[in-house]
Amino acid sequence: MMTRARLQELLPKLVLSPSVALVAVCVYGFIIFTFYLSLTDSRILPSFGWVGMENYVKLFKLSHWRTAVTNLVVFAFLYIAICMAMGLMLAIFLDQRIRGEGVLRPIYLYPMALSFIVTGTAWKWIMDPGIGIEHTMHAWGFVDFEFKWIKDRDYAIYTVVIAAVWQSSGFVMAMFLAGLRGIDGEIMRAAQIDGASAFSMYRRVILPQLRPAMLSAVVILSHLAIKSYDLVIALTGGGPGRATELPATFMYSYTFTRNQMGIGAASATIMLATVAAIMVPYLYSELREKKQ
Amino acid sequence: MTAPRPSRILIYGTLGLFALYYLMPLFVMVTNSLKPLAEITGGNMVALPQEWTLAPWLSAWSTAQIGVDPSGLRPYFWNSIKMVVPAVAISTLLGALNGYVLTKWRFRYDTLLFGLMLFSCFIPFQIVLIPMARLLGLTGLAGTTGGLALVHIVYGVGFTTLYYRNYYSAFPTELVRAAQIDGAGFWQIFWRVMLPSSGPITVVSVIWQFTNIWNDFLFGASFGDIDSQPMTVALNNLVQSSTGVKEYNVHFAGAIMAALPTMLVYVVAGRYFVRGLMAGSVKG
Repeated sequence: MMTRARLQELLPKLVLSPSVALVAVCVYGFIIFTFYLSLTDSRILPSFGWVGMENYVKLFKLSHWRTAVTNLVVFAFLYIAICMAMGLMLAIFLDQRIRGEGVLRPIYLYPMALSFIVTGTAWKWIMDPGIGIEHTMHAWGFVDFEFKWIKDRDYAIYTVVIAAVWQSSGFVMAMFLAGLRGIDGEIMRAAQIDGASAFSMYRRVILPQLRPAMLSAVVILSHLAIKSYDLVIALTGGGPGRATELPATFMYSYTFTRNQMGIGAASATIMLATVAAIMVPYLYSELREKKQ
Repeated sequence: MTAPRPSRILIYGTLGLFALYYLMPLFVMVTNSLKPLAEITGGNMVALPQEWTLAPWLSAWSTAQIGVDPSGLRPYFWNSIKMVVPAVAISTLLGALNGYVLTKWRFRYDTLLFGLMLFSCFIPFQIVLIPMARLLGLTGLAGTTGGLALVHIVYGVGFTTLYYRNYYSAFPTELVRAAQIDGAGFWQIFWRVMLPSSGPITVVSVIWQFTNIWNDFLFGASFGDIDSQPMTVALNNLVQSSTGVKEYNVHFAGAIMAALPTMLVYVVAGRYFVRGLMAGSVKG
């Protein structure tokens, strides 16, 4: 009987242990392994010749990496800003007792259910000058119309923004709409009695209450931006030239096609550090709040 | 709040325009997948087909060139199914058990442990690609559907645990204690008390996992080979292949095929999909 009682006591931890073991090895063990590789001279295969910080020094001297980082900054900033602005506007509009809200909401949100490869394929041809928007405008008689961004080194990164915003903005709308619906009606009524106009009501009363939803949206969007890989592969393949290369595509090509595993591992480590700098404080505060 | 009349027209107008913007790519994909190629290269993208044809769909499904084989997308569709079904089932079951332990059998540092599992959902997967490729190679799982399913279980279990933990933490612990006093053990409580009331969150978890795993590209491209590559990788190969004429209509048909399962789930159970998204942004 004694052993049975002990087993009952241990059982919960035993049940948890496979998942904990998987995560410990395949997440944290692998992070340590990759970080270690970034300090070695690994090329095609992992090797254990210690080179210290050399890969990081090389990485930041590579114009290819600097292009990828610059592209990410441009992409992430526009992606987040436009998604937030569109999401907020659509949520506020939808919150005005709109007839047909039940039809509109799923239409705004369905792109989120698609693979980035599908989104990329669709927008690749929609923005293709040969068959897409430009071609269609010409067929309609606007013969001077030009839209060649996807083939233009200076503008191609904006086509990635267009496709990514299409996919994610509905999701931001849904988050904001949930936030708006969660606001206490009493507060709004009180403000209305005080004679607040609709505009100042939004600015003074409603927007400040949406701050948690906004924070969540920024965190989720920025981590999506840093991880962006599929969309670029399907839409532009990183080109023309390196015009839409991002850190995720850089890591893949340096590690698996250029056989510079040490540098690839260093770039992955930088990506992880950036995500961790955003996610760890966020998750920490979320979990703490929940406890109370 | 109800705005005055002229601004309501503006609001409806804007909402309508955005609906068109979100629907346009879907419309383009569907109409152009039903046109002969000449109507795409010679005509305009938003016109309905003059000659309706299913040929692009048949080609995308069974004869189009994917990589070196003219196999169409069909074998890859099955690869995806064979990978998704076990991965979703196992990760959801693990999530339910983890959530149960983390809320009803609490122990020291359980929140820290959960935090560590949760963070694993958000890492850029580039950080695990190299060692995972080594591990799959060493265990003989490289290039197999089982290997891909395993990868998806490992990196999905954080999310499923999150769902069930949030859901079970609202479940009255008194009921669990009462069952314990009646002599029910760990498993009995799980099967008889917790699971019967877990319907909604199980739907959320299954939909989330299904959508994420079906839509994955990075793992499929990194660890799959011809016998195990999922639909997304095959679609990308179809579209990017540089040989011959670009058959845009076939590409669009293929893209819809890759999108169809998740779209179907979204249409049937959109409400749960949205709940999953919301919980995925942690605020439960």
